[in-house]
Amino acid sequence: MLKIVNLHAEVDGTEILKGINLEIKAGEVHAVMGPNGSGKSTLSKVIAGHPAYEVTKGEIYFEGKNIEELAADERARLGIFLAFQYPVEIPGVSNSMLMRQAYNSIRREHGEEEMDPLEFDDYVHQKLDIVEMDPKFLDRSVNDGFSGGEKKRNEILQLAVLNPKLALLDETDSGLDIDALKIVSEGINKIKDSSKGVLLVTHYQRILNYITPDYVHVLKDGRIVKSGGKELALQLEADGYDNIIESVNGEAK
Amino acid sequence: MSEIDALDSVVSQPYKYGFKTEIEYDDFPRGLNEDIIKMISEKKGEPDFMLEFRLKAYRNWLKMTEPTWPNVEYPKIDYQDLVYYSAPKKKPKLDSLDEVDPAILETYEKLGIPLHEQKMMQNVAVDAVFDSVSVATTFRKKLAEVGVIFCSISEALKDYPELVKKYIGTVIPPGDNYFAALNSAVFTDGSFCYIPKGVKCPMELSTYFRINNEESGQFERTLIVAEEGASVSYLEGCTAPMFSKNQLHAAVVELVALDNAEIKYSTVQNWYSGDKNGVGGIYNFVTKRGICKGVNSKISWTQVETGSAITWKYPSVILQGDNSIGEFYSVAVTNDKMQADTGTKMIHLGKNTRSTIISKGISAGESNNSYRGLVKIGKKADGARNYSVCDSMLIGDQCGAHTFPYIESANSTASIEHEASTSKIGEDQIFYLQSRGLDEEDAVSLIINGFVKEVFKELPMEFAVEATKLLSIKLEGSVG
Repeated sequence: MLKIVNLHAEVDGTEILKGINLEIKAGEVHAVMGPNGSGKSTLSKVIAGHPAYEVTKGEIYFEGKNIEELAADERARLGIFLAFQYPVEIPGVSNSMLMRQAYNSIRREHGEEEMDPLEFDDYVHQKLDIVEMDPKFLDRSVNDGFSGGEKKRNEILQLAVLNPKLALLDETDSGLDIDALKIVSEGINKIKDSSKGVLLVTHYQRILNYITPDYVHVLKDGRIVKSGGKELALQLEADGYDNIIESVNGEAK
Repeated sequence: MSEIDALDSVVSQPYKYGFKTEIEYDDFPRGLNEDIIKMISEKKGEPDFMLEFRLKAYRNWLKMTEPTWPNVEYPKIDYQDLVYYSAPKKKPKLDSLDEVDPAILETYEKLGIPLHEQKMMQNVAVDAVFDSVSVATTFRKKLAEVGVIFCSISEALKDYPELVKKYIGTVIPPGDNYFAALNSAVFTDGSFCYIPKGVKCPMELSTYFRINNEESGQFERTLIVAEEGASVSYLEGCTAPMFSKNQLHAAVVELVALDNAEIKYSTVQNWYSGDKNGVGGIYNFVTKRGICKGVNSKISWTQVETGSAITWKYPSVILQGDNSIGEFYSVAVTNDKMQADTGTKMIHLGKNTRSTIISKGISAGESNNSYRGLVKIGKKADGARNYSVCDSMLIGDQCGAHTFPYIESANSTASIEHEASTSKIGEDQIFYLQSRGLDEEDAVSLIINGFVKEVFKELPMEFAVEATKLLSIKLEGSVG
């Protein structure tokens, strides 16, 4: 589904990603972990097509297609979704309006008929339960005045509604208390299925107690320094990033 | 497309109303003096009191100086170089459109304001003002059936001189300010609406102003009176051809609401704003004021300002009657080298008077957009309340947004709330929406529509759609 080959990317002339190789197949959950500044958030933004980041080398393939030249909206319509670490506020634009426009633009892309507001309303209501969201949220402005937890749940609601092939979850767990973390994680579990790929970017292991990754990658200084199964996350939690990374460096020497 | 490019493409759509109609004119010689004023009054066959009003205003004006406090810059206007009366040569007979120059009818058609009986907009009566004169007013008979008078102010002066005399200049005295004084001296036409006691006007009333002549200024005057318990919704629209010279538009609008009356006045202003380099465009120096004279009366101004090289305009409400309500909802969009200094004044005199101010400024290109507002609470205005919100949105990094709120309260029981914010339409917001599948232009227009929503919902339905389109045309390409 997603194949990243020797990816280098920079922002404002500073290289952040220094040769990432990664492949995600349908049905797989990959966790990318790493200390602050390792480039893990950048990785998700670059895949989603953030215009501030420039790919200087390497390729990103989505379903066999090189997506480097595609704008973020084109990638989104192909089926790539980025759940933001810091969801953006859009005053005056209701959640339902945004989701309907987005959903219909994706449908148009696939030559499907647009859903009218009433049909969409039914459709979106079915999804609310996934993140235990009150229908009142639909009429509120996008993330405007939302608590941290509400913002993250809203991201997962959008994920459920837009139903992408690849979900990039950028520190979806950050800033959540344990109850909210549970709701969000369970929501993700309900959405993921054998046809979807998930890239879960996180600093902490705790979300992996709820969402079981198939693979864990440790990112350091723009490179994946170690990959393994779900047990790697536990090892990270127990030993800390420094020890793991040092041991990697040791091996390399 | 970079962010700035997309912004650019939103903001720099060509002005589609910029054509000029070729017709013959009946012009006065250039310049301004008492003889010109007498000629205007004579041409219009006005009653004597009007000429006296004009001359008094002119003499006042001579002693006044052009205001320099607005946050705008423009070269000195040579008032002796303007033409103060310019009318299409074929004088229309107001009962029949057959007498109107077909070129003018075609002009309005092109502007989307058909005046022909069979094509007229449903449920909207239109007074069409072309340069200095009103060329047609639709639905007059239907309105007359319920006692509503809707005609040009020139006709009103002939047919209802006492009514005009009773109210004209009572809200905005001839010496009120420099441009109002000038207007009072030389105004050539405009609309008059009178809603009798207890009548709810059955349709929207609207005036469409068109400046066509390059050399003339447009000085129109509108007077709306709502008697006890009456209500009316009124809309004003305006466009002008693209000329490399600037045209002066100095209008005066007066509203009078008696006991329990309600006037809703909406403007969609789309004068030509000059080219990218700031050459040409309308100087829109307008005085608009309403008085809530009676108890429980209400005046609501909604304005969508998208055009003009310079806008200088503060639609205001004097809240004289107890429990009266004043509202001001504004969206001002500036792009390229446009300048706007606009806002409102809410003058609370009566008890328990309430006012709401919602101002949304959008600045793009190298434009400058200022909100200037005064909330004044008089000594006797016990329990007066005001709520103001002034939000500015910046598109790109070469534009300016400024807020000048003034508050004067002489009553300790008053409550005044003021909120202000400035935001930049951010790469982050656009990326967020793009990552949901919206293309760049849809993303930008969604953000902008969200920003102005509070104001647009106040517009009459027919015009809200129009205003939304206009906004996206105006800002097309400016966000990216």
